[in-house]
Amino acid sequence: MIRKTLVAAALLVAAPAFAQTEIQWWHSMDGALGEKVNDLANKFNASQKDYKVVPVFKGTYPESMTAAIAAYRAGNAPHILQVFEVGTATMMAAKGAIVPVYKLMKDADEPFNPKAYLGPVSGYYTDPKGNMLSFPFNSSTPVFYINKDEFRKAGLDPNKPPKTWKEFLADADKLKASGQACVYTTSWPSWVHIENFSAWHNIPIGTKENGMAGLDTEFKINSPLHVRQVEMLGELAKKNMFRYAGRTNQGGAKFTSGECAMLTDSTGAQANIGRDAKFEWGVSELPYWDDVKGAPQNSIIGGASLWVMGGKTNNAYKGVAKFFSFLSRPEIQMEWHTATGYVPITTAAYELTKKSGYYAKYPGREVAIKQLMNKPPTPNSKGLRFGNFVQGRAVIEEELEAVFSGKKDAKTALDDAVRRGNEILRKFEAANK
Amino acid sequence: MEKRVVFQSKWLPYALVAPQIAITAIFFFWPAVQAGYFSFLVQDPFGQSSKFVWFQNFRDLVRDTNYLESFQTTAVFSLAVALSGIAISLLLAVMAERVVRGATIYKTLLIWPYAVAPAVAGVLWAFLFAPSLGIVAYWLDRLGVAWNYNVNGGQAMLLVVIAATWKQISYNFLFFLAGLQSIPRSLLEAAAIDGATPLRRFWTIVFPLLSPTTFFLLVINVVYAFFDTFGVIDATTEGGPASATQILVYKVYFDGVKGSDLGGSAAQSVVLMAIVIALTVVQFRFVEKKVQY
Repeated sequence: MIRKTLVAAALLVAAPAFAQTEIQWWHSMDGALGEKVNDLANKFNASQKDYKVVPVFKGTYPESMTAAIAAYRAGNAPHILQVFEVGTATMMAAKGAIVPVYKLMKDADEPFNPKAYLGPVSGYYTDPKGNMLSFPFNSSTPVFYINKDEFRKAGLDPNKPPKTWKEFLADADKLKASGQACVYTTSWPSWVHIENFSAWHNIPIGTKENGMAGLDTEFKINSPLHVRQVEMLGELAKKNMFRYAGRTNQGGAKFTSGECAMLTDSTGAQANIGRDAKFEWGVSELPYWDDVKGAPQNSIIGGASLWVMGGKTNNAYKGVAKFFSFLSRPEIQMEWHTATGYVPITTAAYELTKKSGYYAKYPGREVAIKQLMNKPPTPNSKGLRFGNFVQGRAVIEEELEAVFSGKKDAKTALDDAVRRGNEILRKFEAANK
Repeated sequence: MEKRVVFQSKWLPYALVAPQIAITAIFFFWPAVQAGYFSFLVQDPFGQSSKFVWFQNFRDLVRDTNYLESFQTTAVFSLAVALSGIAISLLLAVMAERVVRGATIYKTLLIWPYAVAPAVAGVLWAFLFAPSLGIVAYWLDRLGVAWNYNVNGGQAMLLVVIAATWKQISYNFLFFLAGLQSIPRSLLEAAAIDGATPLRRFWTIVFPLLSPTTFFLLVINVVYAFFDTFGVIDATTEGGPASATQILVYKVYFDGVKGSDLGGSAAQSVVLMAIVIALTVVQFRFVEKKVQY
């Protein structure tokens, strides 16, 4: 009798474990962000009994993507994979390897309205027919930071950050005159000064709607306006007023340490700056050239989205769909947004955060959203989709570095970037026909 | 009368070498063949569609000016690493020979860096030289040197050469020390009696007698600079700025792993393989004959 009870008890305990379907989620969120990801999964797991989301940290964005590709080739890919924005075209072209989100939601009968998501966010991950292919997760956009103390020292109004690049240059000279050695630095040079610069001025990065309308796209980043921008940076670099810090987020450290007085960086950098900066700082929208018609347009996002990998059971897909619905909830989104600095992905979450009075307290956090929603996106500012853009972006960055180091002039460098970039695009086109 | 041990059994010798052959085949030949095969394909990262394109990947490489520059970068880098590594460790070894007190401690300390992983060595030097954070960068700044290897290609090259050389010095040092100890004392003493200065003794006796060691280390160091410095570069410059430190191996990794261009990356490894085979043949066939053992 006792034994029977024990067996029954054991079965009772074990039963939920058997019935639960595990959902593997590979991501690249380390440190505090990783904890937040675990937090989201735990909350979802506690909210229902049928599925268990297991987040696994797989290294940096390129590392986890490579790992997932290898795993797919070996037949054991995860269910959900977090892919950074430049990997979008590669994932999209891998038709059998992925399940588009719109199809996933439809097959699982989950209520899903693509219109609920912020246009500039969902647009980036939507195909030309308007179908959402991946689920936007962490989205950011570049913004402009100033060191208010240094502005005061230079006799500038700290509450009037430069609105245009002309004002930026004037402020730069004044900062320099007041003894500030490094006036400006940037993180993510290509993302800020080529990709977002183009969208912000409503000029194309590439043909075919920045590659969104077809694989036969070509780069257009050697226009006179692009040359003007890169030339300006080159000139500032020559005077050592602009100090280049590297291809990723290294610019942030130069700003927080007080070395450089102005910075362009992701809106997500605010968490670190707020923690480490020993001075008063401000966040504002990216400067623009005011002689360009229609500028400023809207900026585009960076960050990553969640892709659903193919070849899994229907039951597992149901769980993934439920998890995505869970992630879309306004209160969950607001929590993610306020904790991480990434922008909320749904309009409802944005409204909810606004109502909570959060932006009154932290106005810097709203700048990114306002900038993204500045105007309805045009074909030039919806986003971009270039094959093998990991390599493509590296080519652009190499050429920018050639300008910053004085090896090439802006026009030559951008012409070379276009030529070399197009070769990569043709190769991708050939591989994905 | 010939006294040779001969295997009686026909299969035993094969069985004895089988594990070695199997390891070589699985871990060396198979991947090499795979790389050769991939270099003729254009395929998407997920391996869903692949097309046989003959030599197109190689044609693309030849047309890529960036790839040709990478050859030059690799040549400069490997020569700098091999030559400075050998020169410095030879100096250290000769000096270590003269140390009387605390010789063991001195020698042990010099061997330590070899235990440091390349990526760690890279990070270490990157910290020291990091613009705006590193202590060396700070000193240089005070001396009026604008140190920023994120922009300045020459400085970036210098940094990776220093980091890669530092790592290899211990290894070279060990071999030179052993080589020095095998030089007959009597030769040196005779020369000393004849009135040869230490410098002259070094150039006329020690250096020629060390030539087998030096030659061996030259081969090892060039191969090291070609292949094993990947970690150093990945941890410091990532091939930048403007591909100033993009050596061939790093480009293979970048295009294949980060860029998911398997065909192009495979074609590059085939080229690299050919270079190494050629280098080895040249070195052992022609150069070795000229070196006195």
